[in-house]
Amino acid sequence: MTASRKTPLLEARDLVVNFYTRGGVVQASRGVSFQVDYGQTLGIVGESGSGKSVAVQAVMGLIFTPGHIEGGDILFKGRSLLDPAGRKFVRQVRGKEIAMIFQDPMTSLNPVFTIGTQITEVLRHHMGMTRNQARHRAMELLDMVDINAPEKRLKQYPHEMSGGMRQRVMIAMALACEPQLIIADEPTTALDVTIQAQILELLADLQQRLNVSVILITHDLGVVAQLCHRVAVMYAGRIVEVGDADQVFASPVHPYTKGLIRATPRLDMVTERMVSIDGVPPDLISPPRGCAFFPRCDQAGKACSRMQALIELGDDRHVSCWCAAKENVR
Amino acid sequence: MTQPRTDTLEQALAQNRFEWWDSLQELGRELKRDKPGLIGVILITSLVLMAVFAPFIAPHDPAAQDLTARLAPPVWYDKGTWNHILGTDHLGRDVLSRTIHGARVSLWVGAAVVLVAGGFGVVMGLMAGYLGGRTDAFIMRWIDTQVAFPGLLLALIILAVIGPSLFTVVVVLALNGWMVYGRMTRSAVLSIRESPYVEAAEVVGCRWPRILFRHILPNLTSPLLTLAILEFARIVLAEAALSFLGLGIQPPATSWGLDVAMGKNYMFMAWWLVTIPGCAIAVTVLAINLVASWLRLISDPQEREKQYARHMAGVMRKNLHAVLEKEKEPEAP
Amino acid sequence: MGRFLYRRLIHGLVVILGVTVIVFVVTRMVGDPVQVMLPLESTPEQRAAFEQKLGLDRPIHIQFVEFMGNMARLDFGESLWQKRPAMDIVFEKLPMTILLTAVGIGFACVMAIPLGIIAALRPGGVVDRVTVFGSLLGLSVPQFWLGLLFIVVFAVQFKILPTSGTGTPSHILLPALTMGLPTLARLVMLVRSSMIDELNRQYVKTSFAKGLPFVRVVGLHALRNAGLPIMTLVGWEVIRSLAGYSVVVETVFAWPGIGLTAIQAIEREDLILIQAIVFTAAVCVVLINIAMDFLYKLIDPRLKLT
Repeated sequence: MTASRKTPLLEARDLVVNFYTRGGVVQASRGVSFQVDYGQTLGIVGESGSGKSVAVQAVMGLIFTPGHIEGGDILFKGRSLLDPAGRKFVRQVRGKEIAMIFQDPMTSLNPVFTIGTQITEVLRHHMGMTRNQARHRAMELLDMVDINAPEKRLKQYPHEMSGGMRQRVMIAMALACEPQLIIADEPTTALDVTIQAQILELLADLQQRLNVSVILITHDLGVVAQLCHRVAVMYAGRIVEVGDADQVFASPVHPYTKGLIRATPRLDMVTERMVSIDGVPPDLISPPRGCAFFPRCDQAGKACSRMQALIELGDDRHVSCWCAAKENVR
Repeated sequence: MTQPRTDTLEQALAQNRFEWWDSLQELGRELKRDKPGLIGVILITSLVLMAVFAPFIAPHDPAAQDLTARLAPPVWYDKGTWNHILGTDHLGRDVLSRTIHGARVSLWVGAAVVLVAGGFGVVMGLMAGYLGGRTDAFIMRWIDTQVAFPGLLLALIILAVIGPSLFTVVVVLALNGWMVYGRMTRSAVLSIRESPYVEAAEVVGCRWPRILFRHILPNLTSPLLTLAILEFARIVLAEAALSFLGLGIQPPATSWGLDVAMGKNYMFMAWWLVTIPGCAIAVTVLAINLVASWLRLISDPQEREKQYARHMAGVMRKNLHAVLEKEKEPEAP
Repeated sequence: MGRFLYRRLIHGLVVILGVTVIVFVVTRMVGDPVQVMLPLESTPEQRAAFEQKLGLDRPIHIQFVEFMGNMARLDFGESLWQKRPAMDIVFEKLPMTILLTAVGIGFACVMAIPLGIIAALRPGGVVDRVTVFGSLLGLSVPQFWLGLLFIVVFAVQFKILPTSGTGTPSHILLPALTMGLPTLARLVMLVRSSMIDELNRQYVKTSFAKGLPFVRVVGLHALRNAGLPIMTLVGWEVIRSLAGYSVVVETVFAWPGIGLTAIQAIEREDLILIQAIVFTAAVCVVLINIAMDFLYKLIDPRLKLT
């Protein structure tokens, strides 16, 4: 299955984001490239601090001081979102054609406004609806995310709702203007396991019904396997492997991906000890020059201390690993 | 700052002895980094020294009248002399000497009120927080009620009735100002009381005085210190206001507020009588505030990070390229 | 709601009672009130008559009960100094203090909120640094000195504003400025730090992600959340002023409010007027506190009135 030749919906090219802190400059994103096609779901996985949230925050323009986008570009439907001249385009896009769902719904919603206000303000700003029209649409949206008694809910405040319901409200808010891309940053991490399942089902259902593209960020491989077409694995601010989700999980190439999959507990296998990956992720204030995974890698070779780039392995699969390249060339 | 590994108990115990000296050194380093705080500390130290050695530093006796040299202007005027560098007041008293001695009163009142009000307030807060139940309810009701009193008016009335003096001013200001210590201490105690290590200490069998002193009090010192310093500044201003209104320090004693009140009548012909004591108050309070904000900064790591971020933001906005270039340098092979 | 109001009113009554009792005790039990109130040359007969008139010859607890009864009717008696009902004087002067407070603190709010927001938005910038430094200065300067400086500079040097008294709008300018400046300093620091905290919160990122305009996110979403501590401070400043801290400004500018009247009453040892003023101040404080509690609930729906 080759990648479609037409313009991807969203494309990030060599994104570099730095954070200037007292301890030094944290290189959160060191040349990240990915793309999402229409109607596709991309999962981005990685441990905490791998840079996955930073990459998508850059897409939504949420990198504030002391963060700074140093280089690279982000293209939405072919147009740059980082170009200072295209600010009007960005304002149109953000919230309307690209929407975002965050991790913790309690802090992501404004505690002093009703959720009715918070949903309708998006509608009134982007779509120019009147108050009544917006209210109607808001109730439709609440219905779409399986929230009952929508009329009552509109007048409620975030602290009067449960965690799962708040996340549904976030999803409803995101869907308000019928976006083409939804970015979900760890949408289920802050929820109970049972609620997690519900929210994920909802997302899958919506994705199919509305044919909306989704970028799903998570550290949970199981979630990715369930929902995503493609997956990108991030480590230390770089993407180390990206490709079709089923293929990547069936036959991972990068040692880190292999380690992640090995470390994921499975119900169908009996293991005596949990497997983990030795070592710790590198300090992003002074990241290593070559492959960041080098100190923890069991396949390391001499070439690995040099800078490496993503190598295409065919079938729209990319890996950032010298060993994999050698294997493939063979 | 890495600590050397201690392999034996003796080594560990020996290390403890030098800990407080190390923390003092660390404090000194912090101070050098934060210029406003440094200025504040220097100013305060100078003021304290000036107050302590006032009789030796002041060129004249502050109460000495010299009616032949009334309302003499400061030295940089034509009629000024080096004998009275900052001029004289309407009774011929040297302004410089009065200002130096005035520091004694202000600092003394500030310290005394903070100690008395703070002492009482902290004890109340500890009792309310630790003993809980009826004691807590009673103390909190008392605080809530007294906080709603019109403090300054009551202070003025009481001072007028019992007669203003150094002692009564301290008493009245302390009566008015202990509540804030009480509330702060109580909330600190409540939050610490719930922590696991206090629970553990209770389970092990520690009796409450020990818990109080070993576990709870050390956690209070930092916010308490900042509060005390801010209150100190407020008291200096309050004493000056009371003296200005005539219900604080009485003549022939010197107080900056009193001097401003007396100079007020000659304001238009001898501006220095009002300006100089007022400046002294402002400088003192400013120095105290600088020290207080420095303390707040170093005791809360979040605040420091925020301050750094703000500083970087300003720098970045002004000169982004220079910053980027500077950051790239260390990576050169 | 009703229960809350009831409890607050009870608390308020306790406060007012406590205050008046203190003044009662202090003025009647310390020293001899009659000696204080009558001229030195009065004869023993005049003193006895005076005592009887004021009811001071009766036992103290009866005096107290009578006093309480009168207080409930807002009757404190005649001011010894001005020879007319004390409460009348209070009602005359109170509006002046309220006016001064309103203008002074209003000015402070109007200046502080935009300044604080701009300082928070542009950290490390000119406004930020000037604001912080200026506030430190504004907090350190004694109010009475500031007032005097203003008089010297504006009224004498430049002769553009009157030095004291009332009458024209320009009369209120300097006193209000003097009253408002320390409040401005405290308020702007608070607005700045509250906004800095709020702007770092997650819901602000969500609002930006929703594509809402900048002004709305900062001025509505963030500011409303920062509103609680800001409002608390403003309320506290108003209370302080009405509770007697306007004394200083009123004395410097000869502004005829209850603060100045209190000082004059104290100077003239007019115990009756003093009692009336203190009572009024306590009532004002209680009423404003209750009003603040209601306003809190309006701003932050998470609060429950207990």
